[in-house]
Amino acid sequence: MSSMDASNLTIETFKKMFEAGKRFDGRGLLDLREIKISYNVSNKAEGSARVLFGKTDVVVGVKLQIGEPYPDSPDKGNLMVSGDMLPLASPRFEMGPPQFYAIELPRLVDRAVRESGMIDFEKLVVKAGEKVWTVIIDIYPINDDGNLIDAATLGAIAALKNAFFPGLDKDGKIDYDKKTKEKLPLSKEIAPLSFTFFKLGNSILLDPTREESEACDVRITFGISMREKDYMINSSQKSGKTPFKQEEIENMMIILPKKYEELNEKLKKFL
Amino acid sequence: MSDKFKRPSGRKLTELRPMTAKVGIIPNADGSAMFAFGKTIAIAAVYGPRLLHPQHMQNPATGILRVNYDLLSFSVADRKKPGPSRRSQEISKMTEWALSPVLDLESFPNTVIDVQIYILQADAGTRTAGINAASLALAHAGIPMKNLICSVAIGKQDKELIVDLDKDEEDFEEGEGATDFPIAKIANTNEFTLIQLDGKIQPERVKEVLKLANDSCIEIYEVQKKALKDVVE
Repeated sequence: MSSMDASNLTIETFKKMFEAGKRFDGRGLLDLREIKISYNVSNKAEGSARVLFGKTDVVVGVKLQIGEPYPDSPDKGNLMVSGDMLPLASPRFEMGPPQFYAIELPRLVDRAVRESGMIDFEKLVVKAGEKVWTVIIDIYPINDDGNLIDAATLGAIAALKNAFFPGLDKDGKIDYDKKTKEKLPLSKEIAPLSFTFFKLGNSILLDPTREESEACDVRITFGISMREKDYMINSSQKSGKTPFKQEEIENMMIILPKKYEELNEKLKKFL
Repeated sequence: MSDKFKRPSGRKLTELRPMTAKVGIIPNADGSAMFAFGKTIAIAAVYGPRLLHPQHMQNPATGILRVNYDLLSFSVADRKKPGPSRRSQEISKMTEWALSPVLDLESFPNTVIDVQIYILQADAGTRTAGINAASLALAHAGIPMKNLICSVAIGKQDKELIVDLDKDEEDFEEGEGATDFPIAKIANTNEFTLIQLDGKIQPERVKEVLKLANDSCIEIYEVQKKALKDVVE
């Protein structure tokens, strides 16, 4: 995220273009790309979704397991989010131990989902203090053309909404082949979304392509949801060296609710 | 803000915990410091600038800052397994980014400045205390800095904004619950170098949060300055 992969020429070109409010694909700086969502990537998953932001392609699967609750929350189910930056998806991803981005991305998705209160964890208890459901969200980019975090969060929400509990056999063990019609305990009102602002020079943009994002100095991600008709910021993280100015952050707070409405409207087509 | 709201600790809404800062606590290090917010105690050591190994990681255009943050195993109630976790790796990176804008790393090509931050006792606000300690340790090491970095967590309990949450306040669950909003900024500027957030806060209230952070950072800056002066005397 430190313009490491972009040449100075690319950075200068983008800087000038962004200052003039222009992008190669004709979008305005805050315009989102076309979005597509489809489901049932794998019928072995309890729920799954594929999200396209332009050429960015991410698949997300939800698996459910029964396990022990954490000692500090005996009456709650668990959530686990993982992400694997497959070398399949980008020339930038390599085999080997996870780079920082591969650690950060699932943590950001986890916090946007968890902090929004979308999942009712108390309804994921099978036997209090002993057995609870663990919801596991696994994220795999198939093609990284930028803005993976926002695409992955959207994919996670779509996959959760599309997930069904597996059946249990008479010993209480999971029978994954026996699907039920019971959906996860999700709040209908709360749907978290994520928006990542990228900054290059003095320009702020949303939903960059890979080339654009690699030229940028810094980014900041916000998880935002609706709660009792109030917008709520649930999570945030600034990533990168360059500081954000106070007025830049204040301006993002004005943009966020508008973008939330815009994306939420687009989503309804696919849910 | 309502007058009725009482913090469990009896602190005022905008009152930081008592701060302690001490510079020069680790003789081996090129620079070192401790910083405490109440019961949260962070220590930091700076080694470098020194040649970066392995050699292929060296950058002839600039030095690099490398931060390692972690909790000591017994700094928390449930023993923390020693060694890096995803959380500590993330905080290390965030701290690196929070500190580096004030450092002139380009004057030290091919080198690394290592910042080691450990938490002795955790009562929430460990990353912010760690950043304050590290900022002091870097200054103590004599590394050219444009300014100090000041860091504080602004929080929200149900609907009330409060500064510098302790663990009890962080675990608050009623109403809108607890929000933790750790922030770092370049002292006396409007530039923010760390922003993280967990919880629930309305976008229009973020402005208030930034103001509280600005006010708190002025107090933190004074404590940092005093600690640096004390070590010279």
